[in-house]
Amino acid sequence: MSAAPIPLTAEPCDYRTQCEPVRVRFEKLKAREVALKVENLGKVFRNADGGETVALRDIDLVTHRREFLCVVGPSGCGKSTFVRILAGLETKTSGTVSVGGVPVSGPGADRGMVFQGYTLFPWLTVKRNVAFGLEENGESRHVAEREALQWLALIGLERFADAYPHQLSGGMKQRVAIARALAMRPRILLMDEPFSALDAQSRARMQAYLIEIWRKIDITIVFITHDLDEAVTLADRILVLKAHPGEVEELIEVPVPRPRHPGQMLTPEFRATRARLDALIHPAEAEADGPADLGSLDMVTRMASVGDEVE
Amino acid sequence: MRARPLPSPTDDAAPAAPAPLPSVAGAAAPVGRARRSWIGVARPLPPRKRLALTLLSFLLPLGLWAAVSYLPFLWHPLVEVTNSGEVAWMEPGMRVPKAAFAEEVAAASSAGTEAPAGRPANPVYLPAPHEVAVALWTTLTAAPPQRDAIWLPASLWHSIQIIFWGFTISSIFGVPLGVLCGAQPTIARLTEPVIEFVRYLPAPAFGALMVAILGIYDGPKIAIIVIGTFFQQVLVIANTTRRVDPLLIEAALTMGSRNLRLIRRVVVPAVLPQLYRDQRILLGWAWTYLIVAELIGTSSGITFFITQQARYQHFDNVYAAILVIGFIGIATDIALALLGRRLFPYARAEA
Repeated sequence: MSAAPIPLTAEPCDYRTQCEPVRVRFEKLKAREVALKVENLGKVFRNADGGETVALRDIDLVTHRREFLCVVGPSGCGKSTFVRILAGLETKTSGTVSVGGVPVSGPGADRGMVFQGYTLFPWLTVKRNVAFGLEENGESRHVAEREALQWLALIGLERFADAYPHQLSGGMKQRVAIARALAMRPRILLMDEPFSALDAQSRARMQAYLIEIWRKIDITIVFITHDLDEAVTLADRILVLKAHPGEVEELIEVPVPRPRHPGQMLTPEFRATRARLDALIHPAEAEADGPADLGSLDMVTRMASVGDEVE
Repeated sequence: MRARPLPSPTDDAAPAAPAPLPSVAGAAAPVGRARRSWIGVARPLPPRKRLALTLLSFLLPLGLWAAVSYLPFLWHPLVEVTNSGEVAWMEPGMRVPKAAFAEEVAAASSAGTEAPAGRPANPVYLPAPHEVAVALWTTLTAAPPQRDAIWLPASLWHSIQIIFWGFTISSIFGVPLGVLCGAQPTIARLTEPVIEFVRYLPAPAFGALMVAILGIYDGPKIAIIVIGTFFQQVLVIANTTRRVDPLLIEAALTMGSRNLRLIRRVVVPAVLPQLYRDQRILLGWAWTYLIVAELIGTSSGITFFITQQARYQHFDNVYAAILVIGFIGIATDIALALLGRRLFPYARAEA
């Protein structure tokens, strides 16, 4: 487990220096029991031409109960593969994953999953979608639906209990998907870029909803995102992966105090964390794909008449 | 960039004209007079236009048929004799080739005998629309004049029963097997190659075999429909099942669904609207096997009616029977489509 080396000095309270309240917060977090333990996790994909692609290598991670962990990284770093292995939807090539001390070997009800696409069952009403997992785990339909209604009340959608998914907006669908995953009472909620299909306003609202749900329920969240602001807004800690192969670059402890609110985006802690994430993720991308991809903007040939300037 | 046209042989004599310069990148496109494209993203037509075109699609062929039937100068290769005159071999109602008729008229005028009279006519196998309409009404409402002939509704009912049993038996085995093949690659690989092979064997080829096994009555006919439908059904439904959104299955897996429960609670409901549409199309195929199936063993049903009426040269009845099959087919399909909209309100966007 390699946390970022964070010198523990006093002021100023930014990313590099962890001030007292932040340190105390993380100490409390780490004192809680381990929810998810990942050791030496590796994943190798066999290509069609017989070659191999290393998607993940030597990932180590420990998250604690009720922690909010975000996973970020450049495209191709295997963050989606990572969360799918945690969910048991993808096999791992090496290493171990255990939830609450029990090794993971396939999908299970102890890990709920929310996908990027809206994966609600279109043939079921909202209520029966939320009740689905409960019914699958042996509850009678009556009990499952009663419990589903309570979850719908929690996310504020009880009015839509008898609507079908296609009648809901994207944000509402994703709230139902979260309720559906939570209704199983999982230990861990895995979320694979759940808000990336939403417009900016819905996304901000959904982030607030998610924080609210997370505060009220005993749940550990592993949240994949490519939106760095979203990661800083939501996370206790941010796991930064690097690409080719996917390895842990750094594990950042976010110093932004809780409870979080949108006004914090301008605070020095937020900006410092954001700047650090940018430094970790974007230069690597520019170096890797730079010349072939975009390179210098001068390469664009002029096609407009001289004197016909727009700026 | 523009490809230079190949020089045609006639260009060889004249000095070749300078080829047009390739268009320069960045040169302004010609302004105005944008060329309209007839092909683009297909959008639904406005309702009135839709209805008008639907009617037109039926009225155009009907109009063509009416024109050929009612306009004497269109086709009409025969002459229907109305008065045989003194020609011994002619009788009223007989259809004779135009040339033969003209010969007899010429012969009669030179001999001074009474010339035959007649009017232009089409061959007996092309009755006019109104004759078919009348035949349609009489075959459906009145018993046939011939004592050994069967009534059209009775023969139709027999055919519908053959189709029903053939399609039901095929579906009982074909739909579950198709869904299993679509959901499970091992089962698919074990069954689909041989089904793919059998699918190419023409169902009627099994006719004699089926008669030997199942007798001469309805058994072999139902069997031909089953053979004609089943193998297509498995493959079509397997392919439909393979198109289930994998994320739905993964979501169900994370919630603890497994195996047959996963198939029953997720895979089947997810494919049901499309599966229903597949079944509608497959039912159409079952009808196409009907005529061949009914010729096997003792001829029966609508086929018996059609062959018998054709033997009597009652082609108006033949057309009536063929049209009735068409009406039944399209009525079933429309009814099933409307029922489908009821059954799958959530799939209306795709339907």
